[in-house]
Amino acid sequence: MIILYSFLSVTLLGLIFGVGLSMASKALAVRKDEKVEAVESKLPGINCGACGYAGCSGYAEAIAKEEEEDLTLCSPGGPDVALELAEIMGVEVEISNQRMVAQVFCRGNDERSKTEFVYQGVTDCNAAYLYFGGNKSCKYGCLGLDSCIKVCPVDAIIHDEDGCVWVDKELCISCGKCIDICPTGVMKLIPHEADYIVACNSKDKGAVTRKYCSVGCIGCKMCEKASPEGGYKVDNFLATIDYSMDGEREAASVKCPPKCILSLKGVTVKDEKN
Amino acid sequence: MSKLKTFGLGGVHPHDRKSRTNGKPIEDAGIPAVAVIPMSQHLGSPADCTVEVGAKVEEGMPIGKSSGFISANIHSPVTGTVKEIGRVFLPNGTSSQAISIEVEESFSPKSSWKADKNWEELSKEELIDLVADMGIVGLGGATFPLNVKLKVPTGSTVEYLIINGVECEPYLTADHRGMLELTDKIFKGIEILYKIMEPEKVFIGIENNKPDAIKVMSQKASAMSFPTEVVPLKLRYPQGDEKQLIQAVTGREIPSGALPLAIGCIVSNVGTVYSLYEAVVLGKPLIERILTVSGGAIKEPKNLRVRIGTPISELIEKCGGFSEVPEKVVVGGPMMGFAIFDLDTPVTKGTSGILALTLKEVNSSVRTSCLNCGKCIQACPMGLNPTTLFKYIDHQDYDGAKDIGLLDCKECGSCGYTCPAHIPLIHGMKLGKLILRKNQQKQNKVKA
Ligand code: SF4
Ligand code: SF4
Ligand code: SF4
Ligand code: SF4
Repeated sequence: MIILYSFLSVTLLGLIFGVGLSMASKALAVRKDEKVEAVESKLPGINCGACGYAGCSGYAEAIAKEEEEDLTLCSPGGPDVALELAEIMGVEVEISNQRMVAQVFCRGNDERSKTEFVYQGVTDCNAAYLYFGGNKSCKYGCLGLDSCIKVCPVDAIIHDEDGCVWVDKELCISCGKCIDICPTGVMKLIPHEADYIVACNSKDKGAVTRKYCSVGCIGCKMCEKASPEGGYKVDNFLATIDYSMDGEREAASVKCPPKCILSLKGVTVKDEKN
Repeated sequence: MSKLKTFGLGGVHPHDRKSRTNGKPIEDAGIPAVAVIPMSQHLGSPADCTVEVGAKVEEGMPIGKSSGFISANIHSPVTGTVKEIGRVFLPNGTSSQAISIEVEESFSPKSSWKADKNWEELSKEELIDLVADMGIVGLGGATFPLNVKLKVPTGSTVEYLIINGVECEPYLTADHRGMLELTDKIFKGIEILYKIMEPEKVFIGIENNKPDAIKVMSQKASAMSFPTEVVPLKLRYPQGDEKQLIQAVTGREIPSGALPLAIGCIVSNVGTVYSLYEAVVLGKPLIERILTVSGGAIKEPKNLRVRIGTPISELIEKCGGFSEVPEKVVVGGPMMGFAIFDLDTPVTKGTSGILALTLKEVNSSVRTSCLNCGKCIQACPMGLNPTTLFKYIDHQDYDGAKDIGLLDCKECGSCGYTCPAHIPLIHGMKLGKLILRKNQQKQNKVKA
């Protein structure tokens, strides 16, 4: 009998509280702006921070309240999301349909690139960079201690079979976090469609670079001559590619003495050199 | 005998290894063939270079101009010609613009210096300006510009001036020798500080592994016209740090994030006081400093008076070279110093020692994971939890680390010294602070 009473009374109490709570939640509900919700529902929800706001909801709120006019800040969402946002907000957007991805401009691994001392510190590129710009003789290259790998929200960065740090362009959502964290500035954005890359970042004179790295750009200008329409340009002893030029770039890649111009055609996570 | 004073929390007791040099008088290191003078030798913004390649410079001539509120002037330590203006790595691993000066063959250092004016006739403000002109910075390690420290903001008063003769880093004996050999000059420097700051009392803190210095300094202190007291301290690291020294001497504690002035104290190192004497009484800018060259791999360890900009290799040669291949060459003390890889790195204003350490001294070992032994927590003089801080930083939770006191860490090295798992704790703290600084800069930019 006692069990039955206590059972009933607890059930009754539960019912009363339940009803009370549900009424309270209706009465006291914080009404979320419908527009904010609509905008937020179109964002990818990975909170990468590429837009410059604290997460997707921050960006959504700024757009909905018309504090932020630029609707193209979500790089993971790309043009599709920008168009959807424009529809909700009833405005036009200009879309550049160039998808960009991050890449590491260095192929200097332990065998190819000299070191100056034995590093025994914390496994982190910024920590290593604190002392003499890292233990590599080259102060522009990749230190290979994984700071970018740790911050990438979509695990797009790996050590490839050469032991070099490399971005899988199919996975990269162009959030820029890796570029931000990298102490040497060796990561840069390139178009997703880029066919070649000068995979070096050393601005030292050719003779200096040659001494410390077998795959470093020596600034010899061979590429400019071999593929004059390919957008190659040597500045500060380092070749770069202007991707708005669409001439052929292969001849330069073949002629380049240290072979630092890599083909990216159809390559995601592979080094084409052997 | 009454109990010796010391600070409260944490601390460690490394072997002091000072016996190889503490009996050796200070010697002149001589003049280098080329002096390399970095523009960043102090805390704060680097000095602006004021000379061009090809220019002739003279000993004591200004070649770098203070570039901001916290910055310092830099003078040529030699007479010669500017050969190159480039970049070099400093002993602490950062890079800086630097002027290379080819020293004139006939150059021999000025034997006597004379100030333009008698210092006793100068006002406080004029004295502080003179200190700024002469490029005096703290020589104990922090290299904070002295003139900035001396400008006591209105509303604050200095009760105690504390002279730091602790030299708690193992191996180093330059301050010790200074107190024995340059006693009168150091006290002249103290007099100048007294005139500028008018404290109620002057304390001189010296650890009890230097009984001769305690004796000499006490004798001189009792003859001063203002209250001056030598406080012998119990041997303990990091007693030479401002916060720990103030606590040991006065029993007062600086609140987190505040300056010593908040509790009425100012601390100055004996080496700095000596340079202050030279600057104010003799009109000689900071172009020289005293440092210790020691370590198991040095043939004849010495205390040397060195021109700023001298390559470290020349000092090692002066000490008979290496007796065996060193495992590490460290600039500064073994607790807070930096290992370098290039022996041509120049001596800067902040270089307190050069140590060539043998494999045995380095005691390097394989890093393992944290044993949760709690030794680092016991050792930390700031009452932090180094291993937890390190774990936060290792997992990139820098704000989390900040919340549990990362910014209070003074990188004293006590935690790393005791860690049986050889975890690079201090390096982790430095990384954490670096990233916090970077994030702060980014935020400032977004706001602007
Ligand atoms: S030279 Fe170029 S490829 Fe070699 S390590 Fe430096 S940046 Fe990398
Ligand atoms: S953060 Fe920069 S240096 Fe470090 S691994 Fe990535 S690309 Fe290399
Ligand atoms: S590779 Fe870099 S830019 Fe691409 S998603 Fe990862 S962190 Fe972002
Ligand atoms: S280095 Fe920092 S955390 Fe370690 S003992 Fe010193 S103050 Fe504490």
